[in-house]
Amino acid sequence: MAILEVKNVGKRFGGLQALSDVNLSVAENSVHAIIGPNGAGKSTLLNCLVGKLIPDTGSVMFDGQSVLGRKPYEINQMGISRVFQTPEIFGDLTVMENMLIPCLAKRDGAFQLNGWSRIVGQRDMIDKAEEMLRDMNMIDKRHMHAASMSRGDKRRLEIAMCLAQDPRLLLLDEPTAGMARADTNNTIDLLKQIKDERDITIAIIEHDMHVVFSLAERITVLAQGTPLVEDTPDRIKGHPKVREAYLGESQDAA
Amino acid sequence: MFGLEKRDTFLLGVVIVLTLFAPFILNPFPANSAMAQFNAGYPDLMQRFVIFGIFAIGFNILFGLTGYLSFGHAAFLGVGSYSAVWMFKLLSYNVVPALVLAVIMAGLFSALIGFISLRRSGIYFSILTLAFAQMSFNLAYSVLTPITNGETGLQIYTSDPQYLQSASAPAFPNLFGAAMNSSTTLFFGGWTFTFSVGYYFCAAFLILAFYLAIRIFRSPFGMMLRAVKSNQQRMNYTGLNTRPYTLAAFVISGMYAGLAGGLLAAMDPLAGAERMQWTASGEVVLMTILGGAGTLIGPVLGAGFIKYFENIFAKINDNVLHGWFAFMPDGIEDAMVAIIHPFVGKGWHLTLGLLFMLVVIFLPGGLVEGGQRLGRVFRRKDHNAGSVESDAAQQRSEAAE
Repeated sequence: MAILEVKNVGKRFGGLQALSDVNLSVAENSVHAIIGPNGAGKSTLLNCLVGKLIPDTGSVMFDGQSVLGRKPYEINQMGISRVFQTPEIFGDLTVMENMLIPCLAKRDGAFQLNGWSRIVGQRDMIDKAEEMLRDMNMIDKRHMHAASMSRGDKRRLEIAMCLAQDPRLLLLDEPTAGMARADTNNTIDLLKQIKDERDITIAIIEHDMHVVFSLAERITVLAQGTPLVEDTPDRIKGHPKVREAYLGESQDAA
Repeated sequence: MFGLEKRDTFLLGVVIVLTLFAPFILNPFPANSAMAQFNAGYPDLMQRFVIFGIFAIGFNILFGLTGYLSFGHAAFLGVGSYSAVWMFKLLSYNVVPALVLAVIMAGLFSALIGFISLRRSGIYFSILTLAFAQMSFNLAYSVLTPITNGETGLQIYTSDPQYLQSASAPAFPNLFGAAMNSSTTLFFGGWTFTFSVGYYFCAAFLILAFYLAIRIFRSPFGMMLRAVKSNQQRMNYTGLNTRPYTLAAFVISGMYAGLAGGLLAAMDPLAGAERMQWTASGEVVLMTILGGAGTLIGPVLGAGFIKYFENIFAKINDNVLHGWFAFMPDGIEDAMVAIIHPFVGKGWHLTLGLLFMLVVIFLPGGLVEGGQRLGRVFRRKDHNAGSVESDAAQQRSEAAE
């Protein structure tokens, strides 16, 4: 049922207890949002899930297997793909090449010394990449250098690259940070479409409440490194503890 | 889609034609004319062109594709040379076992150094490779004297065993009897063209090396190497382990360097420690950047350019300069000679340095970018080398901005 199970995770940086006793359970094929004010530990938690950080205590289980101690590329091969706050793409490469790399990584694994085969000979991979680009309405940009695209397109490409790997869990780290309203709405529509069309679990960290309430089926509120409440969007909206965490004095805010 | 196959074939054709006809192309001036000193078509120099071309092509697979700047590749060149000379000493003057061992030893040595150095990236990687190369140089120069013959350099003595050397075979590195130093000279009018066995032997390897480089550049593996340069973070989060990719690139380029070192020894059967010094490592960096890092033909152009300067400009002395300006009044003649003097002869490094600065500032994509811009000016319809390389050169200039 739960594809991702976080139990009693704690992480300390020197004198700062960034995470303490975090418990989180993400149900399969759901959209789960993690929200919280700045410094609540959202990014630290995410980094613990993808292998960038190793928690001091607790366990992180993905699909029944522990991810702790595994390197980011190993965790990705298990089926977790990550979208970054600022789009991380291969800027020097063309859009098509950007799409081919995750396709090849999915097929060939973490390393393949195929210096003798030719890219143009990878017909099935090229077809797959083109299909993905067509789905994303980016096929006409396939020869562009990825770095020369707009920020919205870069985000779209990054999500497409993650999806090309058919991940079971897609992690998004503030996918609409710094975006114009129109781009934000496009991204929401894109994520909704992904959710409807695929068997995929989405975990999203987000500041923008508009995004969170348009997408999430469940929301965990994090404050000062520990989960405050976990509930459905409707009940989170009016929750006094959440208001307090976000707005400080609750009576003033009301 | 990646409609580059035809262009790559064309590029390979250009390289084949240039190398095969180099004895003509590099000797445009009659042997007794005043310009004859600009002729580069003599075997010794032509061999250097192609050998260092191979070295630079290999270096470019590491630096041009992955962006890892090694300052220690001369160590692998040196290992290749020592290995080849040892094969001459122990077995025979046949170059085949010498080159095989040179490539294998350089491969093993680069796997060891690469494994350690690639734990770091950027400037730290460069410093680590530099440190290893200098250690290798010092080992070769003093500590390992029994193997390297120290500062004298490793050479072949009549007392060497040479177990497989037959009495009829030439007493010089040879390919099944064809000695590397044998040549035929063709006199045509005032021109003299020399065709040497050694040069064509090296040229065959250059063509092979260039072909392999094209295959690597156009392979999924080559694309992954460019991805390493572009964004390692994204690679790690796309399920790709960057370490073996960079190590493979490092070892491949080390083996290219070993081949180049082996060929150097095959052309002239001795190996000295100075071949491993950091200046030699720096030279291949200059060649690659000058020609155009990340482009296919750039490193070959850069290698030819630098070796030409080293050998031709270094030969111009004051007597030659006086000969050039003899038509001027004495005072002006002396003044002109005095102005040009620091830039030629022993001062050729100064000219090279100035040229290098000009290229890096105005043509960050190297000579290839220069060719491309010229091509754009003339708007020729034929596919020139520049347009083939446009991708890499364009990235380079974007990165520079």
